[in-house]
Amino acid sequence: MAHKHGHDPHAHAVFTNDRLEEYAPRIEGLARDHGLEFYPVDFELVPNTFMMEVAVYGLPVRMPHWSFGVRYIYQYVQHRMGHSRIFEVVFPGNPNRAYLVDDNALAENTLVTAHVLGHADFSRNNQLFDRMQRQVGYHIVEQAAARANRIEEAIESRGRNRVEAVLDAALALEQNIDTNRELHRKPYPEKPPEKAGPREAVEGSFESRYRALPGEAAPEKPVERKRQMPPYPEYDLLWFIALYAPEMEDWERDIFLAVREESFYFYPVFACQIMNEGWASYWHARLLREADFLPNQVYLDAIKTHSDVVRPYAGEEAVSLSINPYHLGFCIWEQIVEELGMDRARQIRAEEDDFGFIRNHLDEDLARKLKLFNYARRPGTGGEERFIVKDRNIHALRENILAPKFNYGGPRIYVRAMNVNGDLTLTHDTATDGRGLDLARARKVLNYIRRVWRRDIRLETVDHAGEPKLLETSADGED
Amino acid sequence: MSPDDHAGTVSRMAVRNRLYDLFSRGARDWLRHNEKVRESVRSQLPELIAGSDVLTGSGERRLRVPVRFLEHYRFRLRDPHQEDGAGQGKGEPGDIYRRGQPGGDAEGGGRGGSGGGEYRFELELKVDDIVDWLWEELALPDLQPRSTDALMDEELVSEGWDRRGPRSRLDRRRTVKEAIKRRASQTDPLPFTDDDLRYRQLARRRRPSTNAVVAFVLDVSASMDPARRKLAKAFFFWASQGLRRQYSSLESVFIAHTNEAWEFSEEEFFQITATGGTVASSAFQLVRDIFHDRYDATNFNQYIFYASDGDNFADDRHATERLLLELAGDANFMGFVETPQNHFESSRSETGRLFKSLEARNFPVGSYTVHADTDIWEAIRAFFRRQSEQVA
Repeated sequence: MAHKHGHDPHAHAVFTNDRLEEYAPRIEGLARDHGLEFYPVDFELVPNTFMMEVAVYGLPVRMPHWSFGVRYIYQYVQHRMGHSRIFEVVFPGNPNRAYLVDDNALAENTLVTAHVLGHADFSRNNQLFDRMQRQVGYHIVEQAAARANRIEEAIESRGRNRVEAVLDAALALEQNIDTNRELHRKPYPEKPPEKAGPREAVEGSFESRYRALPGEAAPEKPVERKRQMPPYPEYDLLWFIALYAPEMEDWERDIFLAVREESFYFYPVFACQIMNEGWASYWHARLLREADFLPNQVYLDAIKTHSDVVRPYAGEEAVSLSINPYHLGFCIWEQIVEELGMDRARQIRAEEDDFGFIRNHLDEDLARKLKLFNYARRPGTGGEERFIVKDRNIHALRENILAPKFNYGGPRIYVRAMNVNGDLTLTHDTATDGRGLDLARARKVLNYIRRVWRRDIRLETVDHAGEPKLLETSADGED
Repeated sequence: MSPDDHAGTVSRMAVRNRLYDLFSRGARDWLRHNEKVRESVRSQLPELIAGSDVLTGSGERRLRVPVRFLEHYRFRLRDPHQEDGAGQGKGEPGDIYRRGQPGGDAEGGGRGGSGGGEYRFELELKVDDIVDWLWEELALPDLQPRSTDALMDEELVSEGWDRRGPRSRLDRRRTVKEAIKRRASQTDPLPFTDDDLRYRQLARRRRPSTNAVVAFVLDVSASMDPARRKLAKAFFFWASQGLRRQYSSLESVFIAHTNEAWEFSEEEFFQITATGGTVASSAFQLVRDIFHDRYDATNFNQYIFYASDGDNFADDRHATERLLLELAGDANFMGFVETPQNHFESSRSETGRLFKSLEARNFPVGSYTVHADTDIWEAIRAFFRRQSEQVA
């Protein structure tokens, strides 16, 4: 049932965000009718400035660090120049927390409300989200605020420069976690686990009777060998440093673990971005189409916003050197629902992340329909950047889309050894990454780490020619 | 259904405005970033300032230093020489695209290319702050005014109290104190008596004069090319800032010479082009005359800086030496900034040798060789160190 507002001069005044309180429950009812399952959502309309901060910090209240200030100004300038608009930020949890911009139009916020419900369904049902949420907890906003508070206290008691040095290191290693292991990991076992339990304690057990047999004397005690530290390549640098740094203070370890916990929380958002945004876009389009209680004008404006959000190219251009994840995800989901049905779509939503989603469901036909292509960046004769369209090979396309997503978007670096004197050797897995590190930046990061590790650090990588390259910090390398 | 019915079980839509704007975390962390920029600018000031053309803004006493945002470093893979990616659109194999406008980095806080862009901003620094920082960075001593009897001003300083004096110097606090003391020892005291009154006493003191004059002498003969002049100008600028830091009133005299010498205004001074040979004595003669007429050594601390590539007509040696001796006798300090033609001839030039010999005879004289921007700091440091030793 569509209302006709025709040329009513007061029509505009009627379409304020106050109407959202009326629309939101009805959109939600529609979503539940379609089988979307989600924890309740706390929607909140906030000013644009606050929204920018939420987007920049990744959380409404988060630890202070100057690097967020830089991102904030970028975002602010982008916003002021009209290059960037933020419609919503939603934090999965129970309840979910969704922030909408109070001076966005009613139609936009109506669309965003439906979009958020799509995200809420995704985060409740996707296995990666579910696993992380069970580990991190369902109240990230409050937890992050509490952590920020503890860090503010540390600044009070320890001084800003000391806290900042710890955050410089911890935040620089945000991507260097191991999401395949638990968030709450136990330290390495002190000794290698003995083959069987304590033998003397179980007198009369099969074991002791067996040993009494002729020729079955007790095995000699294994030679006490110094355990290799870490026992295996350790990719969770934040965890390793927090637990094994020789001289860190407890409050410093606490900051490392706080950054690590938030990084675990962010991982599913990162690893499922295409799927998640596509799923939310699919549902906002569908729910709005069926929301017959919306006035015509609101519906039309909302659909206009929809096409702005999921369009493949910016502005008037007809070619783009990057792929809009909203657009790509939306198109893949439309095809899945059309060809495989909604039940199968729900299963995919539960089981995949972007890697499986793209590799299994971006097929050649769709890629052709969307005019996806591979390009190569090659410097021109004058050193200027040139992008040469190569081909439309589907395998290369999938890998090119996924390449920036491997390993949380950072190089694969692991702790290879920690010496008895506390010196640390990190190794860059250059075989997997295909090339070496940016050496200047790597040195800076090593210096960050050195300040909290307080012993020398070495990092093995390769140089531009592929030859082994060893970076070392020095005691006076305060930089 | 009222909104309360579903609170807690289903979603809530809150249309409310908390006072979010009262504090901005983004702004707070941005300010902290700027503070760090200032710190890092401060620690690399010598390079930063030597590298930029900062002297032109000397009139307004503020410098605008372009700085980049600080980067919070992370591990990153080396930039590949070539890279593959995925795009979308009507591109056909073989088509070539370029990003935005090539090399068109917009200045003044504008957006760089379209690839994420890079922002720059300008930091406005007070010259006085910079000079203070520099003095700390370079660990420079403060200049000492000459303390001969001839160079004394008088000043009035507070010195004790007396029971008599002009009404304007009545010290009320002291007077009340006296009254309280007296009343404490008397049984039926009067509130105030004339004996309680205390007046501040002033004494005349003589103190070293803080008047100073500095003569900047520049060789503008053909061999002094723009690069050399820029070095000279940079040295002059920082030397005068250092002097200004010490002397409340600093007069400047600008003299250029080829085979004759002229006095210029500051604005004209660095624009001069001239052709001709090099007769250094013409300039020192002019300095002598000007100092004699306007800034005599009994009232002014005198400084002279001479910048040249060091060539001088051999015939002029004795005239120059005689004048330098005369000037060195009165001046607090005389510095020679040599910008030689090549890297190997420092202080082996005609004028260089002259200054060295004066230095050897313990005149307050120094000479410095400056090849590049980075040498200026050594020269400035050497000048101020030597100058303070001279006085000590």
